[in-house]
Amino acid sequence: MNIYAQRRIVNGLVMSLCVAATGFGVLWLVLVLSTLLWNGVAALSPVLFTEMTPPPGSAGGLLNAIFGSVVMTLIGTLIGTPTGILAGTFLAEYSGGSRFGEVVRFINDILLSAPSIIVGLFVYELMVIRMGHFSAWAGAVALAIIVIPVVVRTTEDMLNLVPNALREAASALGSPKWKVIVMVSYRAAIQGMVTGIMLAVARIAGETAPLLFTALNNQFWSTNLNAPMANLPVVIFQFAMSPYADWQVLAWGGALLITIAVLFLNIGARALASWSTFRR
Amino acid sequence: MPVDIALPSVTARKTPRGVTGDFVFRLLTFLFALLVLLILGGVIVALVQGAFPALRAFGVAFLSTDIWNPVTQKFGALAPIYGTLMTSAIAMLVGVPVAFGVAMFITEICPIWLKRPLATMIELLAAIPSIIYGIWGLFVLAPFVQEYIEPPIIDSLGRLPGIGALFAGPPLGIGVMTAGFILAVMVLPFISSIMRDVFETVPPMLKESAYGLGATRTEVVLKVVLPYTRIGVVGGIMLGLGRALGETMAVTFVIGNAHRVSASILQPGTTISASLANEFTEAVGDLYLSSLVALGLILFAITFIVLAVAKVMLLRLEKRAGG
Repeated sequence: MNIYAQRRIVNGLVMSLCVAATGFGVLWLVLVLSTLLWNGVAALSPVLFTEMTPPPGSAGGLLNAIFGSVVMTLIGTLIGTPTGILAGTFLAEYSGGSRFGEVVRFINDILLSAPSIIVGLFVYELMVIRMGHFSAWAGAVALAIIVIPVVVRTTEDMLNLVPNALREAASALGSPKWKVIVMVSYRAAIQGMVTGIMLAVARIAGETAPLLFTALNNQFWSTNLNAPMANLPVVIFQFAMSPYADWQVLAWGGALLITIAVLFLNIGARALASWSTFRR
Repeated sequence: MPVDIALPSVTARKTPRGVTGDFVFRLLTFLFALLVLLILGGVIVALVQGAFPALRAFGVAFLSTDIWNPVTQKFGALAPIYGTLMTSAIAMLVGVPVAFGVAMFITEICPIWLKRPLATMIELLAAIPSIIYGIWGLFVLAPFVQEYIEPPIIDSLGRLPGIGALFAGPPLGIGVMTAGFILAVMVLPFISSIMRDVFETVPPMLKESAYGLGATRTEVVLKVVLPYTRIGVVGGIMLGLGRALGETMAVTFVIGNAHRVSASILQPGTTISASLANEFTEAVGDLYLSSLVALGLILFAITFIVLAVAKVMLLRLEKRAGG
């Protein structure tokens, strides 16, 4: 009897530890989001969206940083998405278990988890040194390099889910393979691919490390892609680490904006993904 | 009566329809797949090239020197390497058991209606950008740790002989332990979602037969699920480790950026990525800059090995599940 009681007690103990661990995880999410809301909402005001980042010790907004973030995220996505889709298409439709395909897949998975600050260093060596100055272009390229592996991965996964019977039916009607891919496979997988792109955008929207050495920062309004450009993550980094209260408040405001955007994209992507599996 | 059927006149095409299009499209996708390899190659070449002056100046001793002095232009990577390994070790020590608990709860205990929302919430932890963890760690966690967690640790563990050195010094809030703790929360969702995935590859038959023999849930997980998914679990942990090693912004905010190796985990330190983030744009002089790139090269080499091992392990599991 003793051994049964003992086993039951051990089981109960492990189960409660598991519940505690899950509670711990959820608690963190709640804690981070609630303090972020608390401090961020206090910083929200129309000025945030209409004025430039201020010099130390005075009030201002984040307009130039918001603009810079949107522009670089957009260009990064525009460069990274087609690249990723085409490479993912190769892996799913053409590689067919070849050695080359396996190597690309392996390397892509490593790039997917590689530290983003390394990407920043790479683009610094590749573009900033050659051009002789920091620029928004370099920032956008760094972000694109982070987008590519995410899109490659999701494109390949989604194309692999498309039933082969669809491809065969199209081929039987005489379509060349590229037309089968573009008109049939892509259409069948479009929701999943869009989900992947949204997740990639969510990822680069908050990326800071690769922008530090590439786009740097700019205190003023600038639309010149060949010059340093302000962006929310780097501004948050700089302002939060500063001793000035005005700057710290702005950092919280920026942090709230980024988090809202990222969570919105993530939840949207999830909703889209579950909607498409539901429909199938 | 023979019927005269007008056949459409068929002119033979020189090449079947679509061959050119196929060739072009295939080549295009191939080139972009090649680009993925080129990016990796480019990263390696750029880092080695950039790190070369520092590696030539300091040689292998670069890895074992803890001097970091921009004034005398003497640089060594020991302090950042130590900080990187130490913070990641703390992150794994805290993060892995919690991730295991979460994965076990979601796959084995949790009622079905709660599964989706819970899994989503844990995964949203991974979606929060690292700079948000950084600002949160600096303004909320660090003061809390300084006020309520470090004093009792210093008073109790800090007085023990031997391991007391690990917990010595004034409570600063900012330091290696706080950084490791934040990292633990950041890698938790990655590790637990992989564990969850591999736990679900266990054939229900195996689990059911163990339950049928009267095993408790704990016994089923520890003696059936875990041995079956061992490789995948280790792969998931390695993947989390790869993330922890290279994480930049969250660590930069709370580690204090001090280039020294101190025994106490309550003291400020630095990691490779934090040094890069803090110093790179302000580095003056070729040797300084090159030393920082060399740090990046070391980080890349470490994470590459860790991630490659993780990937190989997960692939082995995938093959077994597929075949």
